[in-house]
This record gives sequence, C-alpha cells and structure tokens, in this order.
Amino acid sequence: MPFSSLSDIQNRLNSGKTTAVEVATLYLERIAAFNDELNAFVHIDPAHVLAQAEASDKYRSEHEARPLEGLPIAVKDIFCTQDGPTQCCSNILKDFHAPYDAHVITKLKEAGAVLVGKTNMDEFAMGSSNETSAFGPCRNPWDTDCIPGGSSGGSAAAVAAALTPAALGTDTGGSIRQPAAVTGITGLKPTYGRVSRRGIIAFASSLDQAGPMARSVKDAAMITAAISGHDSADATSVADAPNIDWLAACEAQNMKGLRIGRPKEYFVDGMDAEVRASVEAALKKCEELGATIVDISLPNTEHAVAAYYVIAPSEASANLSRYDSVRFGHRCEEPDDLLDMYTRSRDEGFGSEVKRRILTGAFALSSGYYDAYYLKAQQVRTLVQQDFIQAFEQVDVIATPTSPIPAFKLGEKTDDPLTMYLSDIFTIAVNLAGLPGLSQPCGFANNLPVGLQWIGPAWREDAILSAAAAYEGATDWSMKAPAAFGGES
Amino acid sequence: MSWEVVIGLEVHCQLNTATKAFCGCSTKFGAEPNTQTCPVCLGMPGQLPVLNTVAVDKTILTGLAINAHINLESKFDRKNYFYPDLPKGYQISQFAVPIVEGGYIDIPTKDGGEKRLGVTRIHMEEDAGKSMHEGLDAVSHIDLNRSGVPLMEIVSEPDMRSADEAIAYLKQLHQLIRFLGVSGADMEKGQFRCDANVSVRRPGEPFGTRTEMKNMNSFRFIKQAIDFEVLRQIEIIEDGGAVVQESRLWDSVKSESRSMRSKEEAHDYRYFPEPDLPPLRVSQQEVDAIKAGMPELPGQLRQRFETEFGLSSYDADVLSQTREIAAWYESLVAAHPADPKRCANWMANELLGRLNEIGKDLSESPVSALRLAGLLERIGDNSISGKAAKDVLDAMMESDDSADTIIEAKGLKQVSDSGAIDVIIKQVMDANPGQVEGYRGGKDKLMGFFVGQVMKASRGTANPGVVNQRLKELLKG
Repeated sequence: MPFSSLSDIQNRLNSGKTTAVEVATLYLERIAAFNDELNAFVHIDPAHVLAQAEASDKYRSEHEARPLEGLPIAVKDIFCTQDGPTQCCSNILKDFHAPYDAHVITKLKEAGAVLVGKTNMDEFAMGSSNETSAFGPCRNPWDTDCIPGGSSGGSAAAVAAALTPAALGTDTGGSIRQPAAVTGITGLKPTYGRVSRRGIIAFASSLDQAGPMARSVKDAAMITAAISGHDSADATSVADAPNIDWLAACEAQNMKGLRIGRPKEYFVDGMDAEVRASVEAALKKCEELGATIVDISLPNTEHAVAAYYVIAPSEASANLSRYDSVRFGHRCEEPDDLLDMYTRSRDEGFGSEVKRRILTGAFALSSGYYDAYYLKAQQVRTLVQQDFIQAFEQVDVIATPTSPIPAFKLGEKTDDPLTMYLSDIFTIAVNLAGLPGLSQPCGFANNLPVGLQWIGPAWREDAILSAAAAYEGATDWSMKAPAAFGGES
Repeated sequence: MSWEVVIGLEVHCQLNTATKAFCGCSTKFGAEPNTQTCPVCLGMPGQLPVLNTVAVDKTILTGLAINAHINLESKFDRKNYFYPDLPKGYQISQFAVPIVEGGYIDIPTKDGGEKRLGVTRIHMEEDAGKSMHEGLDAVSHIDLNRSGVPLMEIVSEPDMRSADEAIAYLKQLHQLIRFLGVSGADMEKGQFRCDANVSVRRPGEPFGTRTEMKNMNSFRFIKQAIDFEVLRQIEIIEDGGAVVQESRLWDSVKSESRSMRSKEEAHDYRYFPEPDLPPLRVSQQEVDAIKAGMPELPGQLRQRFETEFGLSSYDADVLSQTREIAAWYESLVAAHPADPKRCANWMANELLGRLNEIGKDLSESPVSALRLAGLLERIGDNSISGKAAKDVLDAMMESDDSADTIIEAKGLKQVSDSGAIDVIIKQVMDANPGQVEGYRGGKDKLMGFFVGQVMKASRGTANPGVVNQRLKELLKG
C-alpha cells in the first residue's frame, strides 16, 4: 500500500478495507523509519496525526465521506497552520506559531484530509535544490547523494519515498514542477488566481501559487479540486474563474485531435541528452495516442529567467521586510539600538541565498535603477505572456522537459548561484505568464527520474490534466518508485 | 529687493471609515493600545490586504468636490521603509497612478476676489502605528491600533505665496472635508496633518531650493513654522549661503524648526506596484452615483444663504462654517420664517457667542433651535425688546423654560401702551426738572438721557419706539 495512489487508498477506505487510522499509522511508521535519511519532514506530531485520523473515521461512520476523507496529505513548511510551528525553513521564523490556517489548509480540513506534517523546503522557497533550508538539505529518494529539487523538495521526496501519499507545495518559478520532475512524481501548478494565497508565506506575490504533488494525475486533480476556489480575503484570487470538472478531465484515454506544441526554445544545446531523449520519446508516444505535434516558437523564452530574477527578488525584498524582529520572529541578543536590532536580527535570521535575493531586489527597485531593471523585466513579462497567447492560437497544450537536467549532487551547485538558477529555465516562463503547468514522470536519465512538463492556457488545467492522464495511462513511469524505500523501480 | 515665498502643501487626512483600509479592524480612536489589530494590520506572514471600498468612495467624493479628474483605473504601490510602527516594512500607497488628479480650491483674497490654488493629486494610503518613546527608559512602545487606518494624501501645487494663503487653503480644505463627512478632520487627534514645502525666490526667478516641514497639526503652528522657515531661508541666502534641501521638524515649544534629515539621508522608498492588489477599477456610473450624492458645499451654501435669506456675506460665512451650524440655522429659520436675518443675528452673535463663553459645541447647546425661535417670535411681535431678549436668552441658557415663561416670570413683557408709558415719562420728568428745562432750552442731546431713564424705570419693558415718540410729544410741554 505505501506506494498506492491517493485514489486507491480512497477506494480502500470507502470499501471498508482499511481505516484512516491504519493508513495514518502506516505512513507515520515509514516517516519514523526513513525521515532521518531523507530529512523530508521538518515537523511531525504523530499523536496529532492519529487524532485527526480517528476523527475522520468517526466522521465517516456518521456522515457521508468528504472528498479527501481520511487521506494523509503533507504540507510544505510555507503554509501557515494553527497546529505546530510554521517556520518556512528559516531561522528568522524559528518556533513561529501562526494563529491562523492558510486558506488551503482550511480547505483540506474541510475536505476531510489528515494533515501529516510540515515538509522541508528551501528557505522562504528560494532555491532549486532544497539546500538553503535552515533545517539542512533534504535528499532525493532515488539517490540520497542527490538533491530532491526545490523549493518544495521535502514534499517531493516525501511523496517519492511514500512517506505520504500526497503533499502540497508552492510554485513561484518551478518549485512544484522541478522537484516533482527530479523525484519522479506528478506536480501541478494551477493558474495564478485559482488557489488562494492567504496564509501562504509570500515569496513573490505575483508569481506564487500552491498546488499538489502526488503519485498520479488524478490524485493531483483531486487535491486541486479541494484547495481551489475564490477567497474574498485574497484580492488576487479570481472570483469568476471558469469551473473545471477536475476528475472528468482525468478520464482521458487517448489524445485524438490534440494539438501539442513543441517549442524549439525548450529543446536546446546544453541540456542533458538523456533528458532530451526521454521527452522526445514521450512526444512520440503522444503521437501514437493520436496527438499532432506542432513545432512552435516562444521567442522571448531566453529573457524569462533574467526577468524572473529581477521580479521575484524585487517582490521578495518587500515581502520579507516584515521579518524585522519587532513583533515576531528571531531577535538578536541585547541590541544596542534600533538599527543594530534590525541588522543583526536579520543577519542572523536569514540565510545567504535569501540575503542575496533581498539585496538583488532592493537594488533593482532603487532610485535610478528601477527603469533599467524592474520596469524592463515587467516589459519582458508582458512579451512572455504574449508568446503563450500566440502559441495557444495554434495548439491546445504545450509539452516540454520540466528541467534540463536530472537531479544533481548535493553541494554541486551551491557555490554557483547562476548555474543553480538555470535549473528553472523551463519552468519560469509559466509563472511569469500565470499559466497552469504540470510535471509528470516520463523516463530516466542516469537512473534518475525525468519530468515531462505540460503547459496549458489560463484556466485550462483540464486540458493538461487530460493530456497527462492519457500519457500516464499508456505508460508505466508513474508506477516507478525508488527500490531503497521499498518501491518498484 | 523683495522675496517671493513659494509654498506647496501635503495634507494627510484620515478617512472616517468604520474599518481599516485593508482589514476589518475598527478605526475607533482612543482604544487600549494594540486592541484593534488583526494578523493583516500586524503584518503577519501570509496575510493579504483587501481594499475597503468605502474609503475609495470617500476619496472619490473629495476629488469631485475639488473639481478633479477621477482615474477610473488607479494602482496601488508599496512604499518601502523600515520603522517599528510600520508592520509590513512597507506602506501600501498610490504612487504612479493615484485615484484623483488635477483639482483646485478657491480661497478669498483681501481685495474681495478669489485665488485659485491647484491640487495636483489625492491618493489613498494606509496609516502607520504609533511609536511612544517619552517617559520610557531604553525601550519604545508601539501601538498598532492606527496601523492600516485609511488616509487620503492631498497634494497641492506650489501655488501659495504666503503663510496666510497656505492657512486659507488649509482652512478651506478642512472645512470642505468636514462638510463632505469623509473625515472627522480632528487636528488634535492627528486626523488632519500637514507637511509644508517652502522655498523663496526673487520674483520671476525659477523655484528656489525647498525644505519640507513635516507633520504639523495646528493652523497656528503651520503659520509659525512657515513664517520662521521663510525668514531662515532669506537670511541664509542674503548671507551668501544656500538653502539645503531637507526635511525639518517644527518644535512648537521652542518656536523653531530643526533639521530631520537631508536629501542625502532621504529614504529611497523603492516604490513598485503592490502585487497583492489588482488595479483599482471604478466605473463612470459609480463615480456619477457618488457625485449625485454630493452634499451642498460651503461655497454653495454661503451663496444660497445670501440670496435666499438676504444675509450679509459675513453672516453667511459664519453660518456655513460647518454642516452642523448650517443645519441648525436652517432649522431655526424653519421655526421662525418671518425673519431669517434676525435668525442669523441671534444665532451668530448671541447664541454662538454664549456657547463659546461656556466652551460648548452647538450640538451641546442648552437652547434648541425651537426654543430660540420662541424668543425671536416675541421680538418679532414686539412683545419684548431686543435688550430684554438678551436677558431672556441668558436665562434660557440656564433653564429648560420657554421664552414666554421666562418673560412672564421676569415681567419683561414689553409695554407699548402709550397711556402706561406716559405715566412713567411723567414720573421721570417730575424727578428731573433741570433736564426738562435744559431740553426745552434747546439741548436736544438730552433726549438720550430721557430715553435711558424711562427704559430704566420700566426695567427695559417699555417699547423704545413708543417711548421715543411719547417723549418728544410730552417734552414739548
């Protein structure tokens, strides 16, 4: 059972073959057995998990089961929860307890889910390898010398090693899709505005979006269905977002008539040959399933990374100003005066990558540089959006590799932030354009998972879920799991 | 050679919404520190702003009242700076595209004309909390009740040429805002605060270097601060120096200003669009609806009082000072429609004067408009003299009795009966034979003496007109 999909577990719960307590116990045992090796969870409260499971079983005995009744779901340490600490894997929020639940946490609770614990992540979601976490790096279950991707590395590793059947992540520049890709699981970043950001610790407000990391396309759809919807307390949550029949979208058996765009800018020199081969093979499979592959161009792709690394740090530089040690969070010992309190508290509390981005952002916004950096980046953002709008006049969905390379070794890129930033080269444009993106496993490179990325038009998660579900049904990549953790590779 | 003073003003005005700009917390003044806060206005992680649309409507109303353009799409920006009473480390404001642009305010000039002063823009923003340092040793206290209270910042063109013009502009604006009901504008509570940008130049020359006097909340201090600053700048230049662009703080105790920070130390606020709030869109229909609900403004009211009630411009001005005074006056006229001018005189000179003496507001007036009208009726029908009426009003201020009851009790009912008056006149003539002699000998001025004596003898109840007439008759001999 550990590597079962969420929907399989749901079937067994519904048919009375198991209970939420049994399911929770199983995953708690696996966490106890494997978390030391992976460092996927940074907070776990077994008694609280079991209490939720018991409550769910009781609810099921008295009512009709809710959409996620009794299903364990882990959440990234970026989601505020009333239960347990919310630390964003940063020393500046060490032992911070939020007095509120994030909107998506409320939604998960309302849907009957059992919240398993908080997963590891890059500090403030800034990173692509989970190595900037204040709680130490998380490891990739496929090769524990390798990174699990980031920033939602803990959620990805936990799902890949079946320490939980599913998890929530957040995606600002690829932080759901890239770790999903390099750990061989499925991750969905919904359209910007589909899921409320309230109670999610902000990194870059115009880009952040929460989404599921799971073992199957349908699992991802089930969770997104539960957490999405308008929230009047988030002005960027869209009130009249088109509704989707999330589960029906996952029933697709083939791709007849589907036009898949293959952007030439996403198949470039320098990317890993085996990654490329896996994705090319996946596209061939799609053709076999009835799809037409259309060569397209997204000409402004090459500027997307640069624009992102101006916009995201700019927003972050302001978003992280509230960590000033005045009302909550880490405060230095015996400050001399106000300035000393600010500078020393923030110096001690933030890690180096976070400081780098705050400084980059503050610089890009500063007087005399704003036009050259922030404004220019916003112009690029508009061009990137237009690229996609034009492309979707020709095609229904776009398919690309999720990451140009498979998981790399821990420490391999930590001294070279620019190379690290390039691991998000294929995921960033989707955030800039606010589009839905999904990564699913499509093969292996050097025995490490490779991700296939689907990109859809705004609000058309159903289009990419259908394509991904058809591909998943025709292949067995989603069934693969790391042998060292009891899976079948 | 003479100097020309150039002044531009920025007014921060708290909007009187029930809840804060971006959360549901109460804006009530004077609550225990930090009791009117929530995760949003405390800047807790993950919390997001939701715009209070009542604040938007009030800002639009203000914009319309100064004949400004309303931007149907405006934007919010973040103004970044660190201070302990600014929870998020940035203030949500409007920088690039404010909701209101380009209006004006007319102020009266000494020659009876008007001068038009431009208003560059009005934008919405949120207030910060309050830091308290005084009386504390080595610590500061912070009260975040005010954090997130909605403000409008009203920025003028550099059109004022004297401290008096600046004060006239501020008073006009203050009155307008009170009339619109968009703010309590209580200056002592910091609901109406002013920054003044001041420079001097030789007439015809380009603008001089300006300094900014920050955060003043009294008309008197603002005038003092501007006057002080003008002299300081002129002195610097005349001594061959140069004015340094800086922010200055007015010390009302020492009556002098001191430097707060220079241009070099000035904040770089790193403004950028607020990603948590989509652009603010309002429809022309919404703007039109707000316009339709616009109350009568002070200028219109003044005009109407002059034409409809025949008031002098002075009385019209006094009675249109606030919406409350005007409404009180109109209810007085409704109760005593016979003589709106009498209503104006008695309200402006007698009632407001008495209230002022006892330090009460019109809303606390012991005499209602209806009771005052009862007194004015008696003046109108000659039941009581104006002089006696003042005594009656004094008594009314201290009791709940009607004018008639007091007149009755004090025996102040005016005597117009010539027979009764003749009796008094004769008594006075008998008591003053020398003066009678003198009058008859040609000393006309003694008439005043006799009127006074008769009025005194009648304890003010004799009708002065009848007294005059009968005196002339009887003194002839």
